[in-house]
Amino acid sequence: MPHDHPLSPSGHPYRADQDTGLSYWQALEIAVRELMIEKGIVTASEVQAQVEAMDARTPAQGAALVARAWTDPAFRDRLLADGSAACTEMGFDIGPMRLIAVENTATVHNVVVCTLCSCYPRNLLGLPPDWYKSRAYRARTVREPRRVLAEFGLNLPQDTTVRVHDSTADMRYVVIPARPAGTDALDEAALAALVTRDCMIGVGVAKAP
Amino acid sequence: MQTLDPGTRVRVRQMMPLGHVRTPAYLRGQIGRVERVLGPFANPEQLAYGQPAMSLPLYRVRFDLADIWPDSTAAGDTIDAEIYAHWLEHA
Repeated sequence: MPHDHPLSPSGHPYRADQDTGLSYWQALEIAVRELMIEKGIVTASEVQAQVEAMDARTPAQGAALVARAWTDPAFRDRLLADGSAACTEMGFDIGPMRLIAVENTATVHNVVVCTLCSCYPRNLLGLPPDWYKSRAYRARTVREPRRVLAEFGLNLPQDTTVRVHDSTADMRYVVIPARPAGTDALDEAALAALVTRDCMIGVGVAKAP
Repeated sequence: MQTLDPGTRVRVRQMMPLGHVRTPAYLRGQIGRVERVLGPFANPEQLAYGQPAMSLPLYRVRFDLADIWPDSTAAGDTIDAEIYAHWLEHA
C-alpha cells in the first residue's frame, strides 16, 4: 500500500522522528540555567563561551606530553613522579586537575576506566568518547579487561601484565604508550602525531610512523 | 589518622552506607596493597552535601584481578583504585 509507506523523493522510506520529552535532568539544567541568567549570575553568552571552550579541547596536549616523555628521559621521570607538575612544566593550564601518568612497557599494559561515573583528564584529552561513559565499558574493563581490549583490536600476549586503573576519586590518569619502533629520527612534533586519544586511555597503541 | 605505607596489606571495609560514596561496591571486602599515598583530600561523602569536609589521606590500592573475580584466568593482572583512608583497615 504505497500511501501507508510513502517513500522520500530519493526512494527511501521515511523514518519516524525520534522526538521524546525532556528528561528530568534536562529540564532541571534548563531551569537552573535560566534562573541564573535571570538573576544576573551568568549571561547566556558566558554559558555559550564555556560550552565552546569545553568542546574545543582536543587530545593535542596529551600527545605533546607523551612526545616529550619519549624524547626527554628526565622529563619522563618527573612525569611519572608527579603528573600534575609535569603538565605545569609544559605550560598547560590544568586547573584543579591532579594527574597520574602510567607507562606501558614491554611487559606492562595500562588501561584507564572510571567505573563510578566518567572521570577523564579532559584538559589533556578533550571530551571523553561516548563508549568511555557507557555502562558496558565501565563494568567490563574491570571484569574482563583482556576481552575488552581485544574488541578494540588489541590482543595482548598472556605474559603481558594488564593494569586496570579505576579512576574512583581525585586523580585523573593518562597512559604513556610505548614508543613505536622506527621513530628514532622523528622530532617531538612528528612523534606527537603518532599519539592517539585511544592509546592514552590504554585501549590502543601509538601509530606506526 | 595513621598513614599506611606503600606495600601495606589492607582490606576495604565491608560497609554499605547510603549517599554519595566513591568506593566501588565490587571492591568492598577485598584485600589489596597500598600502591602509593595521595592527598590529603576533602571527604567527598561530606563535600557532596555541602557539609564541612574532613581532610583525609587517599590511597591507591592495588588488587589482584584474580582475587576479585575468582574465574579470572589472567594471573598477574591488577586493578588499582583510589580509596579514602576511612574505608581501609589492616588485613
